[in-house]
Amino acid sequence: MTNLRLYWAAMDGWTMTRRSIKHIVREKESLMMAIGLPVAIMIMFVAVFGGAIQTGTDYVNYVVPGVIITCAGFGSSIIAVSVTQDMIGGLFERLRSMPLHPSSLMVGHVIGGFVRNAIATTVVILVALLIGFQPEAGVVEWLGVIGILTLFMLSLNWLFVVFGLLVKNVETANAITFPMLFLPYVSSAFVPTETMPSWLHTFAENQPMTPLIETLRGLLLGTPIGTNLWLSIAWFGGLLIISFIVATILFKKRKAE
Amino acid sequence: MTDPVISVQYIKKRYGEHLVLDGLSFHVERGSIFALLGENGAGKTTMVRILATLIKADSGSAKIGGYDTDSESVSVKKLISLTGQYAAVDELLTGEENLQMIGQLNHLDHRTVKARTVELLEQFDLSGAAKKRVSTYSGGMRRRLDIAISLFANPEVIFLDEPTTGLDPRSRKNMWELIRKLADRGVTIFLTTQYLEEADQLADKIAVMNNGKIIETGTSEQLKSIIGKEKLELTFQDQASFDEASKVIKGQINESEKLISVETEGSTEILRRLLNTLHENQIEPVAMHFRKPTLDDVFLEITGKSAKGASSND
Repeated sequence: MTNLRLYWAAMDGWTMTRRSIKHIVREKESLMMAIGLPVAIMIMFVAVFGGAIQTGTDYVNYVVPGVIITCAGFGSSIIAVSVTQDMIGGLFERLRSMPLHPSSLMVGHVIGGFVRNAIATTVVILVALLIGFQPEAGVVEWLGVIGILTLFMLSLNWLFVVFGLLVKNVETANAITFPMLFLPYVSSAFVPTETMPSWLHTFAENQPMTPLIETLRGLLLGTPIGTNLWLSIAWFGGLLIISFIVATILFKKRKAE
Repeated sequence: MTDPVISVQYIKKRYGEHLVLDGLSFHVERGSIFALLGENGAGKTTMVRILATLIKADSGSAKIGGYDTDSESVSVKKLISLTGQYAAVDELLTGEENLQMIGQLNHLDHRTVKARTVELLEQFDLSGAAKKRVSTYSGGMRRRLDIAISLFANPEVIFLDEPTTGLDPRSRKNMWELIRKLADRGVTIFLTTQYLEEADQLADKIAVMNNGKIIETGTSEQLKSIIGKEKLELTFQDQASFDEASKVIKGQINESEKLISVETEGSTEILRRLLNTLHENQIEPVAMHFRKPTLDDVFLEITGKSAKGASSND
C-alpha cells in the first residue's frame, strides 16, 4: 500500500516536472534571461572591468565560478514567480480537489528549475571556455563541481518555493529575484574580499557564497580549498533541509487556511 | 424522490470575526442541477470549497455520496471535480497537453488518457485548437477546456463556481447548453451564480443565499410564486383614456404613470379578452409590457433590499 502510494507520488512528481520543463522551453524570455544575463555579466566583467581588477590570476579564470553562482541563483529565483502563479491561478486548487498528493506540484517546480539551471550553467561554461577560461580540473574535480552545484541549486530551488508560497502576488515574487542577483557581488565572486571596507569584508568572508565560490575555484583551478568544501556542504545542505521542511509546513498551512 | 448525493447540515465557517457560513443545511438530489444563488461575498465559494475538500468547516457535516468531506476526503475526491472561478488551465501548454496532464494525474493508463483526451476535445469542440497553446484561446474556449478537464475522470458530482462570470452573452448561452447536456448524462451539478437568470434557466433547485444563510429554497417556479403571477402592464396616452380603461378592466392602478397592471396567469385567452374589451371601448394603450416575475423580484422580496443593491441579470 505504502509502496503504491510512493510509486504514484513519484509518477505525479514526474508529470509535474515534465510540465515545468515544457514551461521552461516555452517561456523564452525567462530562459533567455537565465542564460543571457550571466553571460552578459561575465563578458562585461572580463572585458570591461577585468583589466583594472588585480586578482593575481587571469581575471577570466577568477570570475567564472562567480558567474556560475550568479547564473544559478538567478535561475532559481524565477521559481518563486512560477509557484506564486500556480497558487493564485487555480491549478493548485484543482490538484488539491483531486485524489493525489499536491506536493508533486512543488517537486515539479524544483526539478524543472534544476533543468533550467543546468542548461544555463552549461551555456555559461561553454561561453567562458570560448573567451579564454582555462580550467585545470580533471574528471574527479568536474564531478565535484557538478555535485556541489547540484546541492547549491536544489537548496536554492526549495528556498524559492518557500518564497513563492509566502507571497500573495506575482509582483512581489518578482521582486525577490533581485537580492539573488546582488548577493554574489558581496562575496569573493568578482573581486577579492580584502579590497572591501572591513565591515563588508567581514560579511563577505562569512556569507555562504564565499566558501562555495572558493570551493568551485579550488576544483576548477586548483587553488587551495581548505575547509571551504565542508563549509559549503554545511551551509547549503542545511539550507536544503530547512527550506524543504518550511516549504512542506507552509504548503500544509495554506491548505488549512 | 429522495436520493441526495450531497447532504449538508448546519455548516458553520468563521474567518476571524466574520461568520461566513451561518448554519447552512441543504440536500442535492442525484443527477439534478442545484444552484446556490447569491451576491458576491454571500459565502457561496466558501461552501463550494468545503464540499470540494479544500477547507474544513468549523462545525456541522457535509457528505458527498455518503462520505464525509472532512474525515473521508479521499473517497470524496474520487467522486467530485471542481471548476473554480478562474479557469485553472495551463496557459503555456496546449489544450491537448492540459487534458493529458490531468489524465496522468488521475492515474489512468496511457491508452485511456490518449483516448479520453481525443474524446473530450471533440465533445467540447476543441479538436481544431488541440495543438495550440491555451494562451491563444478565447474566454469561452478556456472555460470549455476547463470543464473538459473536470470531466476527465468521469466524476459523479461537478462543482461549477460561477461558470459564466466574465463570459460574453453568446459564450454564456453556450455554457448553459453545455451544463444542461452534462445534467442529461446523469451528472450532478452544483453551481454557484450571482445571475438570477442563470439559476432560473438551469437549476432544478435553487437555494438563495444571503449573509451566510440560505434564506429560501425551492424550484424556480416555487420561488417566483412567492412574488405572484405574471402581469401585463398597460400604459395609456392621456388621463381620459386611462380613467376610461380603469373602469372596464380590473387590475393594479398606478395613477402617476397611467399604468394598469393585470394578472394574466400566462393565459392568452385572458390577454385576448382584455385587449378586446379595450378595443370595444375605443381605448388603445400606448404601451404594453408583458412582465414575468423574475428571480430578481424574488431576490429583492426575500432579501428585502433596494433594487440598487441587487445583482442584475443583464
